[in-house]
Order: sequence, then structure tokens, then C-alpha cells
Amino acid sequence: MPSRRYSVFAIAREALRQHQGWNRAWTSPEPRDRYKVVIVGAGGHGLATAYYLGRNFGITDVAVIEKGWLGGGNTGRNTTIIRSNYLQDPSAAIYDKALKLYETLSQDLNYNVMFSPRGLIMLAQTEHEVRGYRRTVHANTLQGVATEWIDARRVKQLVPIINIDGPRYPVLGGLYQARGGTARHDAVAWGYARACSDMGMHIIQNCEVTGIETENGQVRAVNTAKGRIGCDKLALVVAGHSSQLAAMAGFRLPIESVPLQAMVSEPIKPCMDVVVMANTVHGYMSQSDKGEMVIGGGTDSYNAFTQRGSWHHIEETVRALIETFPMISRLKMLRQWGGIVDMTGDRSPILSATPVGGIFVNCGWGTGGFKAIPGSGWAMAELVAQGRPGPLAAAFGMNRFREGRFIDESVAAGVAH
Amino acid sequence: MLILLCPYCGVKAEETELSPGGEAHLKRIGPDGTAEEFEAYLFARKNLKGVHFERWRHAYGCGKWFLAARDTHTMQVYGTYKAQTAHATDEIVANARQARPEWVPDWPQASEAVVG
Ligand SMILES: Cc1cc2nc3c(=O)[nH]c(=O)nc-3n(C[C@H](O)[C@H](O)[C@H](O)COP(=O)(O)OP(=O)(O)OC[C@H]3O[C@@H](n4cnc5c(N)ncnc54)[C@H](O)[C@@H]3O)c2cc1C
Ligand SMILES: [Zn+2]
Repeated sequence: MPSRRYSVFAIAREALRQHQGWNRAWTSPEPRDRYKVVIVGAGGHGLATAYYLGRNFGITDVAVIEKGWLGGGNTGRNTTIIRSNYLQDPSAAIYDKALKLYETLSQDLNYNVMFSPRGLIMLAQTEHEVRGYRRTVHANTLQGVATEWIDARRVKQLVPIINIDGPRYPVLGGLYQARGGTARHDAVAWGYARACSDMGMHIIQNCEVTGIETENGQVRAVNTAKGRIGCDKLALVVAGHSSQLAAMAGFRLPIESVPLQAMVSEPIKPCMDVVVMANTVHGYMSQSDKGEMVIGGGTDSYNAFTQRGSWHHIEETVRALIETFPMISRLKMLRQWGGIVDMTGDRSPILSATPVGGIFVNCGWGTGGFKAIPGSGWAMAELVAQGRPGPLAAAFGMNRFREGRFIDESVAAGVAH
Repeated sequence: MLILLCPYCGVKAEETELSPGGEAHLKRIGPDGTAEEFEAYLFARKNLKGVHFERWRHAYGCGKWFLAARDTHTMQVYGTYKAQTAHATDEIVANARQARPEWVPDWPQASEAVVG
């Protein structure tokens, strides 16, 4: 049964009926024998791919297969920073498409994703960063993405709790994107899931994909914990497990999986209404609507699949952030966790056809793919539906590593966010 | 914290003393390598979830590069060995197989090599 439209009238009506009339936001069906399109991974990118396949191409014979619960991977573990101030043109195009879609996503999905364009500052704390960010501002200007260089005084006005005179990490200025901000990570996954379910798509949770069946170089089916599921087309959208799924289909990806960590403090009164990233020290912070300080750190530097990460990285992040935000030194941390991020050599994603006919991959978003979810889903749906990339995905093919066409974002995205 | 025994100086080194160097036993490609071979050498890592052979440098110790066999899923260390080695020792293979009976080394085994 399609879920009921959410509105102020629906809330009023339900308030009078003890809230008995709400339907489940999505169904939990048993899988059919085959689908036109099977998507592996019900993170934000997999769900958004399904949504835009239905909305933009009318393809609704779709299953999204998830080994855990939907949004339980990196999507539900990220620190929700949204921005589009990247350096290279193909990146600016896809990240800014995503940002524009985020701006109206709650209305599109009829689901409040709590998009909060509160503004975002990337601190420059070394001369090198000053030059790097000024260059990014110039690039963004040419791309039509509004960003500006602000001096340390302006940073202090926007972020009164900041210490700009730290002995080790003085604040020299910052790259400011007023349209940047945050959104509620779970709501993004849930909103897309509900919209997909309403279109008749199947979201199949607790169902690990264990094998991929191919015949004459063409995909036939996936083997799962709930049996064999046939498909015409298969999209692999599994972030940190992309190499594992690719191996099932018999090819390799230029990806390495590493843990990335984050933590939240106890809730406190509102004290910071912008997102601040400090890339020199691999730390970034924002305040959630509940009042918690949400803090992200750096990646581990070796491959691992433990959703945990190394303790010393947390220590490094916190030690450095305390100099820049002295008041957080007294906060208690409530929770710490990790996600397995999929890193490529040029720190840009892969949206691509593969050596196997009918199989497409979307991966390599690494430490920064939450902000890209709507744009990535849009571009991936185009790729899967038409069998070839549209303008947004064209530069992100996996052959770029063979051909030397890198989209180098190590300055803009080499750090964790 | 990850602790690896440096096979050169014998120090049990903590992660913060070490620099990771990525997948071990990669074959360097020469000037006449194809684009595919260069791509494989530079980018297409195995990225295994399980037994992984990798390079480490005892950066804040003796400074030497060595190799380790580590499980990327459980973080168990199966052993460390010197860098000038074609593949892991029999003892390390045995340790790994004890933890993961389904795992088989992807290089020819001594017995097979003799027969072949
Ligand atoms: C700590 C942390 C902080 C971050 N902060 C930010 C940030 O501030 N801003 C930002 O833009 N990005 C951030 N990111 C990155 C962002 O979270 C990811 O790029 C993005 O969420 C990836 O989404 P996804 O849908 O590709 O992957 P995921 O959400 O990980 O979804 C992949 C899904 O595939 C499933 N799966 C895997 N293997 C199988 C299988 N065999 N069968 C079936 N299902 C399978 C997994 O269970 C998972 O649910 C952060 C990441 C982390 C870990
Ligand atoms: Zn040593």
C-alpha cells in the first residue's frame, strides 16, 4: 500500500485518531525471481539511483538488495557535510547538481531531510592552504559555483567560539560557501526508500549478495541469502565493499577500503551555526539540531574492514581541534564509530560501465559522498537506463586510470568529509 | 592499536611508529609495459577482505621496509617477514590457514613447484 502523503493536514487528522492511520514508510517484500534492474547496496547512492530510474526514466521493475539495514553503511555513519566547492570542472558539475537537488529534496520526496544550508568554512591554517583555497575560489567562480575567500576576522565573526591565534594552527582565513551545510543522513536514506517503495520497487534488507552469475560476458543474476535473483542490468553501489562485488563478477577496481571515524559529544546549547572544516589537522565540526557537536576525523592509512578505526587518529583529531576550539576540551564524547570508505587514486568517484555487459558501478566516493547522493543517483540512473553515461557521469569512467585522465581532487577532498 | 614485530630490529612496534606502504609483492612494470599493465601496477589493488600481504616501514625505529600478513577483517596479524622475500614464510601461511581454512595462497606451493 502506498504510504500516505505527509502534510500538516495529515498530522492534524491523525492527531484526532491516536495516530492509527499511518502506513509503514516502505514495504518489506519477498524477492521475485527476476527484475529488470537489480541494485546492490541500499545506501544513499543505491536508493537515489533507484529513485531517479523510476522518476526520470519510468523504470520501476527494480530491486535494491541490502545485506544489513537500509542506510546502515556509510550513509548512516557520516557527518553530513554538504558542499560543492571542488576544484575540477566535472566534480563541480556533479556536486553542484547534488546540492541543487538537495535544496528541494524534502519537497520532491515529501519527506523532511532537514537540509540546513547554514554555510560552510574550510579553514586555511597554513600558507599552502591559503594558496590552495584561493585557487579553488577562482576555479569555482569560473564554474559558476559561488564561493568566497574570507579573512581571519570574518571567520571569527562567523564562528565566535574559534581561536584564530593558535600557536600551532593559526587561522589565516577560509574558503566560504554560504550554500553549504548539512542534512539528516538517515532521513535522506529513508526519504528515498519511501519514494522508491511507493513506485512499487522492492527494497530487500538482510539479504547479502554472495555471487554474480554471468554468461558470455553478460550479467544474468545475483546469488543472495534469499536465493537467486535474475536481472537484465546490475548496479553495484556498495562503497567499501566494491572490490568484493567486482571480484564476484571477475574484474578489479582501482579502490582501496579504509576506515574513517567520527564521534559526537553530549548535547550543549547552540554555539556554532556554520560547518567548520580544518583540513590541515584532519578534523571538522558542526552542531546537530539536538545540540551535539559532530566531529569527524581522518582515515586510517592502511586497508581494513573493521567499522572502528585506530584510536590514535581520534586522539590526533581531538588534540588539534582543541587548539582551534578551546571550549570543546570540556565536552564529554557520547559515541565514536567508523565506516569503511572506498578510496580511489585521484580521490574522485567512479560511475562506469564495467568489463561485464549489463554491470555498472558507482563507487569511490570515499570520505565525501553524502553530499553527492542526489546528483550521483541522477547520473547513475542515466547510465544504467541508457547503457552509456550522460554529461554528469562521462568523466568518471573507470578507464580514466588506464588512460591517465585523472580528476585530481586531492586538495579539495584528500581529507575526510 | 596495531602492533607489528619488526623482523630486522626485533622491536614490537606500535602503529604510530610505522608507516604503511600498501599491498606487497607488486611486480614493477618496465618501459614496454602496456597501459593495462601500468594500470594494474599503479591502481588495481586486490583490496582483500581477509588475508592481506602488505608493506610497512619501521619509520621511527630502524627505518627499514618489511612485510606483514594481516587480516583486514579481523585485524589478526599472521606474521611479519623481511622485504627481500618472494612470498610469506610457511609458518605465516600456516597461521593464516588456521584462522581461515578456506584461504589458499595465490603463489605456487613448494610441493607443486617440485612436481612441476
Ligand atoms: C565517519 C564518516 C564521515 C563522513 N562524513 C561525510 C561528510 O561529512 N560529508 C560527505 O559528503 N560524506 C561523508 N562521508 C562519506 C559518505 O558517508 C559516503 O561517501 C556515502 O555515504 C556513501 O554512500 P553509499 O550509498 O555509496 O554507501 P553506503 O551507505 O555504505 O551503502 C552501501 C551499502 O551496501 C551494502 N552492501 C555491501 N556489501 C553488500 C553485499 N554483498 N550485498 C548486499 N549489500 C551489500 C552495505 O551494507 C551498505 O548499506 C563520511 C563517511 C564516514 C564513514
Ligand atoms: Zn625495525
